[in-house]
Amino acid sequence: MKHTLSVLVENKSGVLARVAGLFSRRGYNIESLAVGITDNPEISRMTIVVAGDDHVLEQVTKQLNKLIDVIRVSDLNPDESFERELALFKVKVDKGSRSEIMAIVDVFRAQIVDVGLKTVVVAVTGTGDKIDAIEKLLHNYGIIEIVRTGKIAMNRGEKVVKIN
Amino acid sequence: MSKKTRMTGAKAFVESLRAENVEVIFGYPGGVLLPIYDELFDADVKHILVRHEQAAVHAADGYARATGKVGVCIATSGPGATNLVTGIANAYMDSVPVVAFTGQVPRPMIGNDAFQEADITGITLPITKHNYLVQDVNDLPRIIKEAFHIASTGRQGPVLIDLPKDVTTDEIDFEYPEKVELRGYKPVIRGHKNQVKRAAHIILNSSNPVLYVGGGIISGDASKELLELAQTINAPVTTTLMGKGGFPDTSPLCLGMPGMHGTKYANFAIQESDVLIAIGVRFDDRVTGKVDSFAPNAKVIHIDIDPAEISKNVRVDIPVVGSAKSIIKMLTEFIKESKQKVDTSPWIDKVNTWKTQYPIHYHTDDKLKPQYIIEQINEMYPDSIIVTEVGQNQMWAAQYFKFTKPRTFISSGGLGTMGYGFPAAMGAKMAYPKKIVFDIAGDGSFQMNSQELATVVVNDIPVIVAILNNGYLGMVRQWQELFFDHRYSHTTISNSVDFVKLAEAYGALGLRVTEPDQVGPALKQAVDSGRPTVIDFVVESEENVSPMVPAGAAINEILDLEVKS
Repeated sequence: MKHTLSVLVENKSGVLARVAGLFSRRGYNIESLAVGITDNPEISRMTIVVAGDDHVLEQVTKQLNKLIDVIRVSDLNPDESFERELALFKVKVDKGSRSEIMAIVDVFRAQIVDVGLKTVVVAVTGTGDKIDAIEKLLHNYGIIEIVRTGKIAMNRGEKVVKIN
Repeated sequence: MSKKTRMTGAKAFVESLRAENVEVIFGYPGGVLLPIYDELFDADVKHILVRHEQAAVHAADGYARATGKVGVCIATSGPGATNLVTGIANAYMDSVPVVAFTGQVPRPMIGNDAFQEADITGITLPITKHNYLVQDVNDLPRIIKEAFHIASTGRQGPVLIDLPKDVTTDEIDFEYPEKVELRGYKPVIRGHKNQVKRAAHIILNSSNPVLYVGGGIISGDASKELLELAQTINAPVTTTLMGKGGFPDTSPLCLGMPGMHGTKYANFAIQESDVLIAIGVRFDDRVTGKVDSFAPNAKVIHIDIDPAEISKNVRVDIPVVGSAKSIIKMLTEFIKESKQKVDTSPWIDKVNTWKTQYPIHYHTDDKLKPQYIIEQINEMYPDSIIVTEVGQNQMWAAQYFKFTKPRTFISSGGLGTMGYGFPAAMGAKMAYPKKIVFDIAGDGSFQMNSQELATVVVNDIPVIVAILNNGYLGMVRQWQELFFDHRYSHTTISNSVDFVKLAEAYGALGLRVTEPDQVGPALKQAVDSGRPTVIDFVVESEENVSPMVPAGAAINEILDLEVKS
């Protein structure tokens, strides 16, 4: 069972090492991790995807809360939140395939962000499933390189994960 | 101090220690610490120069355990800092408030593999409650204030502050902050009232309750409250190694220690309990044995200041997070207010039958037995502070000394650090110069930090080291005897050193005892001398710690290992 944690931390050096170290030391697996600054420049947000049952998640949450630099930990309910990832695909092209690739890009509301003689770079945002799907289609043309971000996620509606 | 004064970081360091009312620090100088040591030269904070940095952190730890105050140590960069690591891990495992300062190479050189550089904040990340690398001298007073606050509140633990040399020479308008503001650190102190009510309800409906209590009783200053709770519900109490002294061993309700080398009756009582009231404990494997078979019929109430301990090893029915003192008080009040009464007298009768049937015992004959030495110390000097090393010496001290007050038993529990006892005894003696302080040692453990004989002699810290010298690394030998067919692989250390001459070489008093009737006179001579003393008790070599639960067994599957020579 995967859980998405939205974690507010002090924006200080070494915080990522504390969080990452905690996961490895206690034997929890990070599936993905994304860090970015919040509207308050002193605070960063980590979106951490972790696999485990309720017992593991309870321990992860408690151990994270014990870190002095961790301000808030929130387990996002998948039914009440949405998630996004960004991926870049560098794909081989030739005269024959260019239009087909552009058609796929249209369907997925992706973008072509770089065009070369033999390659294009496709940028796509969406859920992990959507990105997996476009990857599968682009695979037929020959993917040279993939760069994927970690997942970021947010509650729907008025609910927020902020410091009080 | 409300007025700001211009001073160096080194001076600000000393002023901050004064503001924290630090009486003594244990340390060892080095290149990057020169500015700080120059300030310490005529500061009114007492500094004890140890002979190895490991002893500095153990001494700070022993001081903290004896007093409840924060222990402070300092070591230089690189090897000085890494020599603290074992002691920091030790304090972390046993939740001891220690603030460790380390020197660091100047900021522009950090990361360049400079001379005596080590990434000590990286190294100690998993073994500190928190740590800091000071990047700006203006942060120094705030960081020191936070460090003492973090170390001494909530679940206590060690905090490390790494001080680059150039930070200690930079100047600051010094003002020590009055408050700490840490939005990510708010320990829960008061227990949830409804949870405590639920706990009271369960206790009121129990017939076989057992109190299983640990170090949280001592660090939480809750021994008085515990005694009242135990008497109110008339429940037997088992104290873990860390909880020794938190409940009087002399009370008729006391079951002694649970677990691997606990009493049979403590283990039987846990196994037959219907409610287990766990306070300030962490269900360590040395206590639970086979976890699945631990307290199989009990509803478990777990009171702890650290929410992460709840349901970590054993599933808990009623968790209550907060300080032991306030929660026990609240719990006792609810129980007293209730019209319902608990009748535990049949249960107490049963427990008392076990106590009579299976007392802690050893085979007495004309040989010098280690257990007898502990009993003699107890009889002659019952108000001593007993510090131990790790291994058989530690278990015998825990089994045979009757502790009646908190902070009188000081021992490395979680990490099991050989070499801890002697420097920790030094720290305890610094805190209480008038108390008699014994280090119950093994001939193996003592040799891990025996160089501190120099420190205790030079600074006149008269601790008494009682070496239970059996010529073996005794606990490991015991396991080899039982589980490895008597193959004593590398556990024989007899004749490695003449401890009497070693003591004398440092200027301490050295005594040797080989016969039971010499024990009393030697103890008296050591105490009366007022000098640092090493007593080499040459004891029965293959004595075992008994009883014993083999690793992985349920705690009621407990063996008698009495050695009849």
